[in-house]
Amino acid sequence: MLRFVLRRLALMVPVLVGLTILLFAWVRALPGDPARALLGQRATPEGIARVNEAYGFNEPVLVQYATYVKALVTGDFGRSIQSGQPVVEAFVEKFPATLELGLTALVLAAIVGVPLGYLAARNQGRTLDTFVMSGSLLGVVTPVFFLAILLKLVFAEWLHWLPTSLRQDARIDATHITNFYILDGILTQEWDAALDAAVHLVLPAVALGTIPLAIIVRITRASVAEVLNEDYVRTAMSKGLRAGTISRRHILRNALLPVVTTIGLQAGLLLSGAVLTETVFSFNGIGQYLFDAIGQRDYPVLQGFILFIAIIYSLINLLVDVTYGIIDPRVQVS
Amino acid sequence: MTIPLPPATMTAPDADLDEPGVSLWRGAFRRLRRNPTAIFGLLIILAFVLVALFAPLLTVYEPGSAQWAGQVTPSSVPGPSEDHWLGLDRFGSDLWTQLVYGARQSLVYGVVSTIIGFTVGTSLGILSGGFVALGGRVGVWVDTAVMRLVDIMLSVPSLLLAVSIVAVLGQNAYAVMIAIGTAQVPIFARLLRGSMLSQGKADYVLAASALGIRRRRIVIGHVVPNAIGPTIVQATLNLATAIIEVAALSFLGLGESDPAVAEWGRMLVAAQDRFDAAPQLALLPGFAIAVTALGFTLLGEALREALDPRGRR
Repeated sequence: MLRFVLRRLALMVPVLVGLTILLFAWVRALPGDPARALLGQRATPEGIARVNEAYGFNEPVLVQYATYVKALVTGDFGRSIQSGQPVVEAFVEKFPATLELGLTALVLAAIVGVPLGYLAARNQGRTLDTFVMSGSLLGVVTPVFFLAILLKLVFAEWLHWLPTSLRQDARIDATHITNFYILDGILTQEWDAALDAAVHLVLPAVALGTIPLAIIVRITRASVAEVLNEDYVRTAMSKGLRAGTISRRHILRNALLPVVTTIGLQAGLLLSGAVLTETVFSFNGIGQYLFDAIGQRDYPVLQGFILFIAIIYSLINLLVDVTYGIIDPRVQVS
Repeated sequence: MTIPLPPATMTAPDADLDEPGVSLWRGAFRRLRRNPTAIFGLLIILAFVLVALFAPLLTVYEPGSAQWAGQVTPSSVPGPSEDHWLGLDRFGSDLWTQLVYGARQSLVYGVVSTIIGFTVGTSLGILSGGFVALGGRVGVWVDTAVMRLVDIMLSVPSLLLAVSIVAVLGQNAYAVMIAIGTAQVPIFARLLRGSMLSQGKADYVLAASALGIRRRRIVIGHVVPNAIGPTIVQATLNLATAIIEVAALSFLGLGESDPAVAEWGRMLVAAQDRFDAAPQLALLPGFAIAVTALGFTLLGEALREALDPRGRR
């Protein structure tokens, strides 16, 4: 297992090196010269000269790339044009919010999606199946931002059941240790703060979780339907095992394997979706920060965040493969 | 007295579909015609294409004209009236006109970007899968290089990939199409390569090589046509994704910037601050995007089912 993990980590290296080359080339391909692109509208001749000096834009390209990689290795991912804040610092500050939102959305999608998909497969062709499958189809085709806008309109602005935006009510003076607001509330025993953060999470998480939910429903249904036709299920039935035992030990155990992979693969989708969802709900995470960076052409932020996101994404994929090996002994991880 | 032959229908009701001589595609087409879901999807697509093509005949106004901007106040947007049966939009253009012309944009953007993604993606897939099939050290190298490139592209969420490309190419229609198309490339490349590799073990490949046909001809003439099916299904499904992503780029402020061009995603963004007064400004373009995407998704899934060999009885 350890060898497998190490080998997979080693395989990440060429991908990440390739990505740094592309990102390096990307900044140079931006309209105007790179110093101007990095400085944005506030570029003054002195500023450009300073950036050219600092980033070595006057040096040969290979030297420039070496400088860039050296900076990355020492943890310097550049600074935001707008705020001057180091990109790493901004990422560390904003990421907990997105992780909190993404995990909630994914857990929600899995808790609702797996049972629905299972029920649909067990009732193939009946009303329940049609209903669930049509619903999941709607979930797949509705744009995330449209759903987010709809939810906000109905549940926040018309019904006033839930807050329209932000991560926590501004009037709550909560202590933040980890920047995971719910966790902070629990750690400091400020229960009202934790509850308020949870309430603020509902609409964004539902909006973000809908597409993964729909996908999980469809995969679960397909997978359960396939397992139902397997010989071992028929054998289990003919042995006279109780229906519950068959469902748990024989059907679900086998059918959930592709579902686990699918859940893991939603990470990329969640990150794309987070940019849109967080923007609609002014949810202060990396999604909204990226949205602002895009609007202000804050390229160092984009460059740094894309690299961070790619690293996280690759690690999640590795985690999925390892989990797969653990829950399915038939898969030889080597 | 002759012994009556057993009725032909004894095997399976659909047995005639796969009698010898009926090709995979013709069989799939026949199954598709009998599938109500596919027909429903096709009808949606047909309606969408007709509206897009004949937009000028469906309305008497010009898109993005903002002719009646004077009637729009910060607190109200005029609703349906005799002259404007869906009312005005936030900038004082006819809402129906905007919606109808928006279909045009979505169709062009969706189709062109998917063609870009399909062409580049399948070329990479053929390159990679073909070189694996041809074997040799060069083959492995080409395959590895192409697949690493695909891995790199897949490690960046597709929306961010599209955003980075628009940043380089500038904010215009071509940039949007190229960006959305490029974001689709890795999917097509991986899919076709995988499908070519599994076809490579088929008996007909063995038979063809036994006949002494050159490897290159086997790959191009036999493996690719047999392996392309899933890629075409994916292209249909990707049309849905592309239309949604174009709207998403507009939502991020990176789409078409010309106010005279109507675009569903931008209509949604503009409607956001008029929710209470005029929710239809957001609802109609949103539904338009979702219904169009539904049409392509239904057709794509029906196509997938029809092409699935397990579905052939």
